Formats: sequence, C-alpha cells, structure tokens
Amino acid sequence: MLIIGAGGAGLRAAVEALKHGVKVLIVTKSLLGKAHTVMAEGGIAAALGNVDKEDNWKVHFVDTYVEGVYLGDWRFSEKLAKDAPDRVLELEEYGALFDRNADGKILQRAFGAHTYRRLCHVGDKTGLELIRTLQDKVIHSDASFLEEIMITKIVTSGGKVKGAIGLDLKTGEFYSISSKGIVVASGGLGRIFKVTSNSWESTGDGLSLAFDAGAELMDLEMVQFHPTGMIWPPAIRGLLVTEGVRGDGGILLNAKGERFMLRYSPQKKELDARDVVARSIYREIMEGRGTEHGGVYLDISHKGAKFILEKLPSMYMQYKEFSGVDITKEKMEVAPTTHYHMGGIKVDAETNQTIVSGLFAAGEAATGLHGANRLGGNSLADLLVFGKRTGEEAAKFVSNARLNKIGQNEVSAEIDRVLSFLQVKDPVNPYEVFEKLRETMSSNVGIWRNEEGLNKALAEIAELKKTAKNVGVSGSTKFNPGLVTALEVQGMLNIAEMLVTAARERRESRGAHYRQDYPELKKEWRKNIVFVKKEDGSFSMRFSPVPELPPELKALLSKEEQQNV
Amino acid sequence: MSDKVTISIKRSDPSKGEAPHFVDYEVPTQEGMVVLDAVHYIENNIDPTLSVRWNCKAARCGSCSAEVNGLPRLMCKTRVDKMGDKISIEPMRAYPVVKDLVTDVSHNWEIAKRIPPFTPKPNLPKPWKIAAIDITRSKEFRTCIECFLCQDVCHVIREHQSNYLGPKHMVKVAALDMHPLDSIDRAGFLHVEGGVGFCNITKCCQNVCPEGIHITDNAIIPEKERVVNEFYDPIGILIHRRKKK
Repeated sequence: MLIIGAGGAGLRAAVEALKHGVKVLIVTKSLLGKAHTVMAEGGIAAALGNVDKEDNWKVHFVDTYVEGVYLGDWRFSEKLAKDAPDRVLELEEYGALFDRNADGKILQRAFGAHTYRRLCHVGDKTGLELIRTLQDKVIHSDASFLEEIMITKIVTSGGKVKGAIGLDLKTGEFYSISSKGIVVASGGLGRIFKVTSNSWESTGDGLSLAFDAGAELMDLEMVQFHPTGMIWPPAIRGLLVTEGVRGDGGILLNAKGERFMLRYSPQKKELDARDVVARSIYREIMEGRGTEHGGVYLDISHKGAKFILEKLPSMYMQYKEFSGVDITKEKMEVAPTTHYHMGGIKVDAETNQTIVSGLFAAGEAATGLHGANRLGGNSLADLLVFGKRTGEEAAKFVSNARLNKIGQNEVSAEIDRVLSFLQVKDPVNPYEVFEKLRETMSSNVGIWRNEEGLNKALAEIAELKKTAKNVGVSGSTKFNPGLVTALEVQGMLNIAEMLVTAARERRESRGAHYRQDYPELKKEWRKNIVFVKKEDGSFSMRFSPVPELPPELKALLSKEEQQNV
Repeated sequence: MSDKVTISIKRSDPSKGEAPHFVDYEVPTQEGMVVLDAVHYIENNIDPTLSVRWNCKAARCGSCSAEVNGLPRLMCKTRVDKMGDKISIEPMRAYPVVKDLVTDVSHNWEIAKRIPPFTPKPNLPKPWKIAAIDITRSKEFRTCIECFLCQDVCHVIREHQSNYLGPKHMVKVAALDMHPLDSIDRAGFLHVEGGVGFCNITKCCQNVCPEGIHITDNAIIPEKERVVNEFYDPIGILIHRRKKK
C-alpha cells in the first residue's frame, strides 16, 4: 500500500493500515514531520465535554453541517462528530500531551462557530504535537518511508490502480512503485493563490494526480479564506494568525477603532464562522476603514503578557521577529489569507475510495466533509478520523487485491515526459507562469467574486496554458526547484481552470463562495459541482445532488435550518 | 537599509564531483525581507537550479536550516537588514551536502528509531488525568521543530566519532522521560547506547535553538544527573539494583 503525503492524514492512515498487517510505504515531497500539518495551531475539535458538559457529538454534527451551509455530506460529518473524541484520546495514548483542565482532563478552548468550547490543544502548536506523535509511531513501526520524492504520475489500467512513478529530488533518480492500493493524502492547493498561509507543497498536485488517474473532483470552488493572516512586512504577507487569538478573547477593530463585528454578527462577533469574519474584515478594508497597510487590527493585549506567552507563544514570536510588534502591548495588523480547500477528490463516504479501484483519498485532499465552509479545529479532527478510516479501508482492499506491476513502457514514457522539461529550446521560466496564475487567482477569484472577474481569470488561465507548453528549465533532475515548479504548474493550471469554472457556474453565495452579483443563498443550488477527465484530457462537469439527511439527523437542526435542506 | 544586498552562497554538487565554491548574487531588498526571501529571489530570477530546502516559511517546520554569516540559523527567521550588506550562506556543516544548501539529515531517523518510545504506565484509568502543572516540563521540549541546528553546532557531533545522540535527541528523550505517565527509564539507554557522557555542556546547542528551548539546562543536565545517579553514585547503584529486582 502506497501513501502519498506524510501529513496528519497520511501518517494516521499508515498507523492504521499497519494494524491490519499490510506492507506500507509512505512517500513525501519534503522531510518527514515537515508537512503543512505543523502549521495547524488552534486545536482539534472533539466533543469531549470536558469544559462545557453540555457538549456532545450531536451538537458538533449540527455545527459542522450547518456552518458548511448544507453542502457537505452528512455521512462524513456524522462520522467526524462521533469518532473525534476517541481519536483524540487515542492520540494521547500514542504520546501526545495536551493542555489540561483544573480536574486533569484535556482542556478545550472556544473557536469560531463551535457552540461549545471544544478544541483540544497544545498551546498554539497543536498540529506540531499531532504530527510528532504520529511520526514517532511510524518511525518505530514496520512502515517504510521515502523522503523528498515527488510523485509525478499515478499509473492505472482498466480503472484500477497499478502504482505510481516519482522523482527522487535528492538523487534525481526515478522510482517506480507498484502497489495494490494508493492513499492520496497530499493536502490542499493554497499555493495557487498569491496571498496564502500554505507552504510550497500545497499546490494541489495530489488532486491533479488523482484527476489524471480518472478520479472525480468536487466542490473545487470552495476555498477558505482565513480571516486573519499577517500583512506587514510584505515578505510574510499571508502568514497565519491563529483563530485561537479570537478564541481566547482577541477583538477585531477597524482603523477608526470600531469593533466592527458587532455590526456584522452581534451574537457571535469575532467568533462567527470563518467565511463571515473574513468577509466582514474584507468589507471594512474595501470601504476605506482599513489600516495603513490594508488590514484591520486584532487586539489581545488586554489578556496580559503571562497569558499570551503561555497560550499563544508562536503568535508572540512571529510578530516580534517578523514585524517588530509586541502583541502583549500592541495591536496586530491582519487581513484574510487563502488557507484551506474544502473541495478536492470525491470519495465514497463509507470506504473513502474514489471511482478508480484501489485509489483512496483522505485529509484536505479529499472532499465531502466540510461543505462550503470548514470550522476551525475540524481539519485536525478530519485527519485523525478519516486518516484512520481510510487506512483501514485501504488495508482491507489491499489484502484482497492482486498486484498488477507497472510496465517498463509506462515508466519510460513518464521519465521522458519529466525529462522533456530539461530539453526545451528558449524555455519560459516556470516561475513566471506560476506567479501570473497566483496573481490572477488572488485578484479575481478571492473573497468577493463576480462574473466579470471570473471570466477574466479564465481568459488569463487559457493564455497561461498556451505559454506553459514552452516551460522549461536548465540543470538536472537533482534537487532542481525549477523542474519541480515546471512539473507542478501544468496541474495547477488545470485545477485552477476547473475551480474558476465551478465558481462561475455557482450563481449564488454559499459559505466561502461569495458572489457580488448573486449575493443570496439559493436552495436550488444545494448541489455539488463534480469534474471528471474526458478521454481527450479535457474535463466534463456535472451536478450531483447533496445526499438527503436522514430524519433523525434532520431533527437535530432548528426549524429555520431545516428550511434550507 | 540599502536597496541591494550581496548574497554569497556556497554551492556544490558532490555527486558530480563539483567542489564547494561561493557564488555572489546581487538581490534587491524589500522591507522585512528574510534571508530565505533572498534565496528565493535568486532561484526565481537568476538561477532556478539553486537547491534549497524549505517548507512553511514561518519558523515552524525547521526545514531551512543553514549557516548564515557562519552562524547556524533558520533562513526564514533571519532578517536581511540585520546581517549587513554582504551575507554568506552555507549548508549545515555537520551533515553531508546533497546539493548547494541541502544536506542529508536522514541519519537522525536512525537515531530516533533507537530511542525507546513512549510507554504509558499500565492499567491507567481512562480518560487519563494529568495535573496542568505536570505537563510544563515536557511541554518545553515538545516545541522542538527538528531543524537540527543544535546537532549542527554540537562540537561532539562535528568533530568526534562518538555514539553521542546529540542535543536534538536528548530533547526527545527528555520529552519522553518527563511525560507524567511514561513508565520506562531511559538512563541505561543514554549511558550505554546514547553516549551522553561525551557532552561537556558547552551550551552551544542551547544558544542556537530557534525555539528557545533550554536544551542544556532543562534536558541534558537533568538527564546526565539521572545517569550519574544510576551508574556512578554508590547509593544510587544500590537503589537501582533493588528497583530492578
């Protein structure tokens, strides 16, 4: 069994698959333990009820489903809400050490749009603790792992997985990995936007690989803009400021000193869902009430230095080091940043398998759970809950499957394709295409979208696709960042094209997808947009109805909420 | 701050027999720019084949370790305006170079594999209860981002062929030993396999830690004391023997 990606989902899947006696290989584009999961700060949402006794899975389910604006698949959100507490306690038994309550149980903090205090956390470094714990588990297991390998192709035949081919960045040599099953746990696509909290790896390449192998992609238009990213100095623009700041009492102010969330969301204020807060901040900036550098203020200084240094040490460090701002005394300047992709690879809600036999997906790369908006803390819960489930399902599949080895001709063809980027005459610099794509995505497909901007983006992507045919680099296959970008940019353009097409198609506003020209939520648009590859390499688009809620779950929703489903 | 800076990078490709040599690049500066930005500028605009390892660019993942003006640092956390008009960047010296600024740090996994993993006390009532105050010691070590700068600066690792694990792994051992519910004693492991005696507490590791972990004071010295108690203190030896029985 091959796992592509060594973040939380990939590692958790590996741990589970090993329990089933399957031979596991994990490949990662970077080093073990460096995946984007380390950037997750605030915590893991799990209805343990340690702080607020009233909390239970039903409330967590409703929060997740409703804040996903009825676009998610209830089968995922139900599993998430039910399984998350067990997964957290299990992680603790693997060695994770969470912050504690006065009674010795795991402490839980408040977070946006969670009804109760629900986020189990380790200061503002929860993701780091999660990945270290799973990494240790994997290091002390029989799993093999290969670092700094970039998978460039998933090989299939007759709708079944045969394995994958990849480039070893360290040596410049190629790997052909025949496997009975593959789990894609490659994370998101934040890097296709200019302003993002994501690391270099999050280019959506896993989505591209799966799409090329015949899997369906869904909800691509649903991109989460985190309300608070750093904005100054320009070099660190987009860097995440955890929601934990607001969860622990931070308030948002515009340049005039008004606490503007009182206007937009008098009940939940700063702790409304991310889409609501991000849009509110964006409106303040666009309407001229922004700060000098084009943001708003976030203030936690009233909590005092001791509290801040204990609960938000990374935030203190990053403002001190990068901006020269002491957040125990001064206000932070923040603006929204591209953060998470709710869309991704469409998988079966029971098996986490795609329509390609033997191809599975988990974590941010997969879709269906978060709908049109993800709640903070639900992504780490997602990694654990569906990492485990996918690992288990894939292991079962692999135990009953036959190995179909990748042929020499398939390997040669892929090697030739990769090498072709080193042999282009008068090549176009891949970074040029990459930067232009990111520029157009951030200016036209951001928090406010409209037909004109989306058309403009599509036209520019079409133009860039032509230019990209001549992309090439010098040097060798060994640790050549230019080559990596040249390989990735092709897929990024395809994914971006589908993403923008879906955003133009969805003529309503729902969750993270806000259309200035269609600002209303429309019930007839409660359907998912699905893409699949056609034989000629282009894509076809279809609509898929959102699975109907069973009566017992529907009954958990309020009367008002039931109107929307 | 001047509007340009010279970045001098030590480049090499050992697999091609290319000897290390410094190449100078002129890079325009921007407010708040960090050294990694300058390297990216070179990569994107001057030479796309320049190899550098990085991930988060937020001082969280510990990938972009290098020696900047001779000091072990994270490139993403080092402001250009604080390093002068000419900045030299070299790969970490304690590890074999893969290419340019990228080094092979995989040896660390072999060490990590040997460290006895977290082993909770048996039959603990669930859910586990731990007093808030009891997690503080272990928690400090859990902020380690595995940048390996402490390993890089350690003279025992740089200059001596010993079995000493190195500071990063001492931090790991301390994180496990100071977990309130861990049940095993790693002193024997440190004494025999871990070569902890080689560390002569010069505190160089502590000085370069980007997370500010008190590696020597809070991890290495307490662990050394435990080893001494168990293996060199006559009364300690007796107690240890009795415990084993």
